[in-house]
Amino acid sequence: MDAIILQILNGLDKGSAYALIALGLTLIFGTLGVVNFAHGALFMIGAFCAVTLSRLFSLSHKVAVPGETDFLGNPLMRDVPYIYDVFGEATGSAIIDWAVPLSILFAIPVMIAVGVIMERGLIKHFYKRPHADQILVTFGLAIVLQEVIKYYYGANPIPTPAPEMFKGSADLGILLGYEANSIIYPTWRLVYFGFAAVVIGAVFAFLQFTTFGMVVRAGMADRETVGLLGINIDKRFTIMFGLAAAVAGLAGVMYTPINSPNYHMGMDFLVLSFVVVVVGGMGSLPGAVAAGFLLGILESFASMREVINLIPGINQVIIYLVAIIILLTRPRGLMGRKGVMED
Amino acid sequence: MSKSDVTRRGVIKTGALAGAGLALPTYLSAASHSGFTNAPTGSTVTLGFNVPQSGPYADEGADELRAYELAVEHLNGGGDGGMLNTFSSKALEGNGIIGKKVEYVTGDTQTKSDAARASAKSMIEKDGAVMITGGSSSGVAVAVQALCQEAGVIFMAGLTHSNDTTGKDKRANGFRHFFNSYMSGAALAPILANNYGKDRKAYHLTADYNWGYTTEEAVRTSTEAMGWETVAAVKTPLTQTDFSSYIAPVLQSGADVLVLNHYGGNMVNSLTNAVQFGLREKQVNGKNFEIIVPLFSRLMARGAGANIKGIFGSANWHWSLPDEGSKAFVKSYGTKYGNPPSQAAHTCYVQTLLYADAVARAGSFNPCAVAEALEGFEFDGLGNGPTLYRAEDHQCFKDVLVVKGKENPTSEFDLLEIVEITPRGQVEYDASIFGGELGSCNPGA
Amino acid sequence: MFGLETKDAKLLLLVVALTMLAPFLLNPFPVDSAMAQFNAGYPDLMQRFVIFGIFAIGFNILFGLTGYLSFGHAAFLGVGSYAAVWMFKLLSMNVLPAIVLAVITSGLFALLIGYISLRRSGIYFSILTLAFAQMMFALAYSVLTPITGGETGLQLALDDPRILGTSATAEGNIPVPGLFGLEMRDTTEVAMGVWSFTFNVGYYFSAVIMLLAFYLSIRIFRSPFGMMLRAIKSNQTRLNYTGLNTKPYTLAAFVISGMYAGLAGALMASMDPLAGAERMFWTASGEVVLMTILGGVGTLIGPVLGAGAIKYMENIISKINSEILHSWFAFLPDGFEDFIVAIIYPFVGKGWHLTLGIIFMLVVTFLPGGLVEGGQRIAKLFKGKKADANGPKGKTEPAE
Repeated sequence: MDAIILQILNGLDKGSAYALIALGLTLIFGTLGVVNFAHGALFMIGAFCAVTLSRLFSLSHKVAVPGETDFLGNPLMRDVPYIYDVFGEATGSAIIDWAVPLSILFAIPVMIAVGVIMERGLIKHFYKRPHADQILVTFGLAIVLQEVIKYYYGANPIPTPAPEMFKGSADLGILLGYEANSIIYPTWRLVYFGFAAVVIGAVFAFLQFTTFGMVVRAGMADRETVGLLGINIDKRFTIMFGLAAAVAGLAGVMYTPINSPNYHMGMDFLVLSFVVVVVGGMGSLPGAVAAGFLLGILESFASMREVINLIPGINQVIIYLVAIIILLTRPRGLMGRKGVMED
Repeated sequence: MSKSDVTRRGVIKTGALAGAGLALPTYLSAASHSGFTNAPTGSTVTLGFNVPQSGPYADEGADELRAYELAVEHLNGGGDGGMLNTFSSKALEGNGIIGKKVEYVTGDTQTKSDAARASAKSMIEKDGAVMITGGSSSGVAVAVQALCQEAGVIFMAGLTHSNDTTGKDKRANGFRHFFNSYMSGAALAPILANNYGKDRKAYHLTADYNWGYTTEEAVRTSTEAMGWETVAAVKTPLTQTDFSSYIAPVLQSGADVLVLNHYGGNMVNSLTNAVQFGLREKQVNGKNFEIIVPLFSRLMARGAGANIKGIFGSANWHWSLPDEGSKAFVKSYGTKYGNPPSQAAHTCYVQTLLYADAVARAGSFNPCAVAEALEGFEFDGLGNGPTLYRAEDHQCFKDVLVVKGKENPTSEFDLLEIVEITPRGQVEYDASIFGGELGSCNPGA
Repeated sequence: MFGLETKDAKLLLLVVALTMLAPFLLNPFPVDSAMAQFNAGYPDLMQRFVIFGIFAIGFNILFGLTGYLSFGHAAFLGVGSYAAVWMFKLLSMNVLPAIVLAVITSGLFALLIGYISLRRSGIYFSILTLAFAQMMFALAYSVLTPITGGETGLQLALDDPRILGTSATAEGNIPVPGLFGLEMRDTTEVAMGVWSFTFNVGYYFSAVIMLLAFYLSIRIFRSPFGMMLRAIKSNQTRLNYTGLNTKPYTLAAFVISGMYAGLAGALMASMDPLAGAERMFWTASGEVVLMTILGGVGTLIGPVLGAGAIKYMENIISKINSEILHSWFAFLPDGFEDFIVAIIYPFVGKGWHLTLGIIFMLVVTFLPGGLVEGGQRIAKLFKGKKADANGPKGKTEPAE
C-alpha cells in the first residue's frame, strides 16, 4: 500500500509538469489554432531564466587565497559574488540560495515578452496557413532558440539547486501512520505540485471569472462573431499567447531544482506534451490537465519493478500504449470537441 | 592563420592530370594504388576526428576536439610537446608522422550511430582520412569501428566504456585505450568493501541498453563476490529524465546501497533525484545509505553540482594524477585552453599519440602494419603507468582510478579526488570471456 | 512516353539526367580549391541523397495526396533496415533478397499500424502513428536487443551463417553487400583537369531504384487512385456521403508509403550494413516531414529536393570547423579575418543546427510552397509570364 501511495505521489508530481506544459499548449492551440512546436523551447527558456538569475546573483570578482594553488600551480583565486559586497555575506548568500523562487518574478515578465514577440513577430503570419507550415516554422524556431541557449550556456546540464530549506525530503509515512522511511518524498517536489495546482487554478479562474476570460472563451468558440461584435480579439489572443508562454516558463523555472536544466530539455518534453494534449482532447483545457495527471500516474506505476518483471519493457512504452488505447476507445481523446484538428 | 589546402587526393589528381593530359579522363581504380585505403602520397596525412558536436554530449565532444588539436600541434612540433616528452617510445620527432605534416578533418557524430557512420564515411571517402578517432558513447564506437574495419582504416576509439567495444564487437582495425565496465567493477569492489563493509544489500538502477547491461553485470559480479547481496536491478529507459518513480521504491526494498549504472545526462538526473529523496541521510539496516556511480565523468558530474560529494565511482584518468606524463599534459592543455582536461580529452590525446607512434615505428600508414605495431605494445609515460595494448582484443591494460566526489572543491574543476590507483594486475581478465572475433586486419583497397 | 503526359515525362527525364550526372553536378569545385569543402559528390552522401529521396517520395504519397500526416514513418525505415541486415546475416550478401524482404516486412507493419491508426484522422492519426513508432524505438533500443542489437545497432559478424554465401572472406573479413558479385562499395575515380569525379556502384544502384520509385509515384499521382486520394484530402466527409468507403484507399496509400520507407531502409542497410534503433526515433520521423514540407508538399520533385537540402546541411555544413574558416579568409588582414570568422563560426560546424532552423523559418515564411515554389519563381523571372503554364517547373505544382 505504501508503495502505491508513493507512486501516486510520483505520478502527481510528474503529472504536474506534464499538465502545466500541456495547459499552455492547449491555450495556444485553442485560442489561436496554432500547433506550436516551440512550446517545449518556452519551457526550456523558463528554466534558463532561473539559471540566468542565479548566475547574475553569483557574478563574482576574484580574490586570491593565500597559500593555495590551482591545477597549473598559479595562486588560487576564489570567487566572491558582488552581491556579498552590496548586501553583506549573510543576506547575499540568502539571496543566492533563493534564486530559483525569486526567478518566478523575473521569469513572468520575460516570458510574457517572449510570448508576445513570438506571436506578433512570427506566429500571427501563420494563422491562415496549413498546420504543416505551422509545425515547420515553430520547429525551426525551437531549433534556433535551443541553439542560441546552447551557444551561451553549453550543452551540459547546469545545477540549479532549490533553497536550503526545501532540500531533502519529508517523511509523509509517519503522518499516515506508516513506519518511518516508508513514504519519503522530496520537499521541493511537493512544492512543485502545490505550485502547479495554484497556476492551473489561476488560469482556469482567469478564463472563467473575468470578462477578459469570457471574451477569450467566446473567441475560442467563434472567433468571427466575436470580431463582428467590435471586440479586438486579436489583441486578446496575443495576450493569451503571452500567458501560455508564462505558464510554460514558470513550469520550467520551478523544474530546475528537480533536474538540472540543459538546452534540449524542451525537446525531451515536446513529444510527451503533444501526446498529453491529444489524449486530453484537442482544445480542451480540463482534458489537458486530466490527461497530464493520468499519464503521470500510469507512468509511475509502470516503473515499479513488480510491474516490469511481469511485463518487460512496459515502462518504456506505457505512455504511448495508453495513448493508443484511449484514442481508439474515445475518438477525440478524453474531452475533445468534435471537428477540432480532425482534418 | 593560413594553411595550405592541398589534400592527398588533390595531389593524386594533379599527378594523374600531368600524365594523362587535360581532356583524357584518367581512371584510378581503387585497387590499383598503394595497397591500402587512403594511403597518403603527398607531404601531409589527414586524420578524422569524429566527435559529438550536437546533442547531450556536445561539451564532452568539444573537450575531445581540443585535445585532438593539441595532439596535432604537438605531433607537428608545435607547443611544448606535451606528453611527447614523457612518452616511453621516442619514435616521434615532432616532424608530423614519418615526416608528413598532420592535418585533420572534423565531423559531428550527434551521438547517433547512423550520423557517426555518415560523418566517418565522408572523412574516408571525401577527405581521405587514414585514421578515424573519437566518440563519446559505446554505441557510436562500435558502429564506427565496424565501418573502419570494412573501409580498411584504423579506428582509435575515444570515450567508450562498454565491454562490447573490445569484447563481443571487437574488430581487428579498432583499438581502445579507455577502460571498460569490467575494470570498473574489479577496481571498485575492494574499495567499496573497505569503506562500506562486506554485508551490504545493493539496489541497481540500470540504463536500458548495452552499456548499462555490461556495467550492471560487472559491478554485480564483483560486489557479489565480496559478499554483497543484490536486492533488485531495475532497468530505466534511455529517454527518461525524471527518475523519481524508480528511486522512490528503493528505501522500501531494504537495500542500503544504490548503484546508478547511468552515464551522462541520465547519471546527472538520477543522482540529483536520489539525493533529493534524501537517501544519503537515511539509515537502513543500521548502516548509512550509500550511492555509487560506477563510471564518473567530471564534465558531466558538474551538472549534478554538490550532489556528487562523497560518492564513489571509477575513472580512466584524472587531471590531478601526479605522474610526469599527466602533469605535462595538464600543463600544455591548461595553458592553451585555461581549464584542466577531462578524461575524454586525455584518452583522445593519448590515442592520437599512440597511433602516430605506431606508424612511426612501423614506418608505414598501412593499417595492418600499424595494427601489428600496436598489438602487444608496452609503453609508459602517458598517465596511468605502464600500459599494454593487448594483442588478443586491442584493449589497453593500465591502472584504473577509483575516485570520490570531493567534499570541499576549490574550483569548478576540482570535483573529484582520487581514492586509489588500482594496479593493472587487479583489473586484467582473460581476453576470451566476452566472446566475439577479432578477425584479421583489413587494409582496404 | 512511358505512359506519361509530356510534362511528366519531361520531369522524369530531368530527374534521370540529374541523378545520372550527379557525380559531376555535385563536384563542381576543383579538388584543390578552397571551395572543395562544398563538394558533395562522394559515395556516401550521394547515396543518402537518393535514399532519403525515396523515403520522402513515399511519404509524400501519403501526406501530399491524402493529407494524413504520419509522425511515425521512420519506424518503417527502421523495420526495413533490420529486415535487410537479418537477410545479410542469414541468407547471403546479395542485396536483392534483402530489399524484397525489407519491403514486404515494412509493408506488413504498415498494414497493421495503418489499419489501426486510420480509424482516426487529423492530429489524432498523427499521434497514433507517433505512439507506434516511439514504442518500436523504445523496445528496439532495450528489451528487443537480441533481435535489434540495441544501442550498438544490428551488425554483421564473422560467425553469421549466410547459408547462400560465405561467413567470411578469404582474408578473414566480413563480406560486403553486393549484386551478383558487383560490390556496392566499388568506386572509380576519374580525374579531369583539376576536377575529380567519383562513380560508385552503390550510388547508381540506389539511383536506378529511386528513378523507378519516382516513376511509380508519378503514375500514382496521375492515376484514378491518386485522384481518389486527393478527393479524400479535399473533402473526406463528402466522399463518405456519396457512399464511398475511403478507408481502403487511405490504407493502400499508407501501406505503399510504408513500403517506400522500407525500401529506403533496405537500401541504407545495403550501402552500409548496420541498422540502428535511432533510425526510428521521432526526430527521424520528424525529419522526413520537414524534408517534404521544405521541398514542397504534394509536388512530385519537392520531397527529393527537401531531402537533398537537409542531408547536405547535415553532412557538409557540419564539417566546416574554425580552422577551415581561417584558411578561407586568410587573405584578409588578421583582425578583420578573426572578426569575419567569429561572425560565421556560430552558423557552421557544430552550429549547423542553427542554420537549419533559420532556413526552415525563412523558407516556410517566404516560400509557402517550399523549395519548389522558389524554383518556380526563379523560372518565372527568367521566362516571363509565359512560363506559368509550361515552364519546366510548371508541372510540379502542388497536387491539390
